[in-house]
Amino acid sequence: MKPALSIILFTTIAGAAQGMVVALALATLAGIAPATALAPMLWAATGMLLVALVASFFHLGHPLRAWRTVLMWRTSWMSREVIVLPAFIALVGGWALLATLAQRDAVAPHWLAGMAIVGAVLLWYCTAMIYACIRFIQEWAHPLTVVNYTTLGLASGFVTAGALAVMAGEPGFASDIAPWALAATALAWFTRALSLRRNARLKPKSTTQTATGIQAARVVQKSMGMTGGSFNTREFFHGASAHAMRMARTGFQVLAFALPILLLAWALLSGSALAWLLALGSQAAGLLAERWFFFAQARHPQNIYYQAVS
Amino acid sequence: MNNPVQPAPETLAKQLALVIDLNVCVGCHACVTSCKEWNTSGAAGPLTDLNAYGERPTGTFFNRVQTFEADSYPDTQTIHFPKSCLHCEDPPCVPVCPTGASYKRKSDGIVLVDYDKCIGCKYCSWACPYGAREFDEERKVMTKCTLCVDRIYDELLPPQDRKPACVKACPTGARLFGDVKDPDSEVSQAIRERGGYQLMPEWETQPANHYLPRQITLSTVPQAQPNFRLGDFLNGEPASGKHKPGSGAMEKDAR
Repeated sequence: MKPALSIILFTTIAGAAQGMVVALALATLAGIAPATALAPMLWAATGMLLVALVASFFHLGHPLRAWRTVLMWRTSWMSREVIVLPAFIALVGGWALLATLAQRDAVAPHWLAGMAIVGAVLLWYCTAMIYACIRFIQEWAHPLTVVNYTTLGLASGFVTAGALAVMAGEPGFASDIAPWALAATALAWFTRALSLRRNARLKPKSTTQTATGIQAARVVQKSMGMTGGSFNTREFFHGASAHAMRMARTGFQVLAFALPILLLAWALLSGSALAWLLALGSQAAGLLAERWFFFAQARHPQNIYYQAVS
Repeated sequence: MNNPVQPAPETLAKQLALVIDLNVCVGCHACVTSCKEWNTSGAAGPLTDLNAYGERPTGTFFNRVQTFEADSYPDTQTIHFPKSCLHCEDPPCVPVCPTGASYKRKSDGIVLVDYDKCIGCKYCSWACPYGAREFDEERKVMTKCTLCVDRIYDELLPPQDRKPACVKACPTGARLFGDVKDPDSEVSQAIRERGGYQLMPEWETQPANHYLPRQITLSTVPQAQPNFRLGDFLNGEPASGKHKPGSGAMEKDAR
């Protein structure tokens, strides 16, 4: 598949915002929520979700008709996502408003934190199922897709929360969640590595033989029927070389997981604010590359019909 | 992972479809151009062309003719392979549509897009394993074969013309059109008697369109001319086979 920038930005930014909301909700439930930084961090999460929403509109041919997408919630995971996303934004925004209006040391009601966690998990599930429900894109059609959207969102959310906390002058909260950020990043690396391993061993179910029904040991395309390309040759081929794919695969694992784990360990030991900021920057770049790779690695069976120009 | 909420496919009483005879398709692309002509001018159009006179012209088409080569020399075969929407009985492109713009008609099984409801998210094209849908870059909506729904029911046309444009255009009669649920229809008989099959059966989409396999007809001309060499022929020497070359009007001695 050809990765679309709008979807890469939407899923990574929203995922990090969801993870940060989960981090703040868990901290609230545990009674360690940052006193002064809670409201600004919730506003930051709301802002990130809105930016993600705006990015998603750039994927649409007719953005003004987007309201129609809530209609098919009975069958379409995209429709369900479009319902859950604004509801989640309203919930987080409402919590941010409450935290701003309330006194400094007022604790958010636990039910609100609980609902925020449920909302974040629901949104990860809907987003990931958009991809996992397409049964013939074998790289995606697996529960690990849902697991990875969740763990990658959690990791980036905890790291974002820690980095924002040190910037907002709450180093205490940052050092409280540093072990969580470290554990979430390690878990995300583990689950993403599982899907990388699975995808490396996948055998495509569709072949030129099943695509054409021609019963012969050797069936090769000699012409795709046009010379100038079409939607089919643009939308489903990423055009990157095998070398670039290997670089992206290694690169995102270094930037999103390996480096942040080292930097978070540094932050944990020294309480360094710089380490948090470097971890955030490295992981953000790494997760953008990860999402690019997620789309590029998916081999669509329609590509069998578009192998040779003439 | 299958969508657990997705309802089981309904079995419709009528399912219009194309049956494509790979035995007689000559790869002339007449169905491609007539499809484009009819649909760019009709209810489904216009089908945009971009850079039409440039180096890499591209545009929206509902139907393509591709060419495949099967087996190896000396048994090599060239197979021309028309491809358009297969109007699946369980179309995976329909339930994923968030707006309901993609739908399957209960009355005749045709899978259509309502261009006024389509938001151009392209998700349906991801959910079609056949690459049957093409996004129109100018109108910013998803488009696909309509089985010429604006033609096959048009009572202003003579009855023999109420067929998809591609079927009418095919010079070799490689495209049959009809109701695959009617056991007595031409298409059902062709599928039954000539081994009609569906594409990518592994995904259980139950395409309504079927393909008739190519069958190799053995030549009725005597096949006893092995190792033909032009030099032998001109010199009038028998080739290594039994047949003496040049035994017709071109015999060397007769000059």
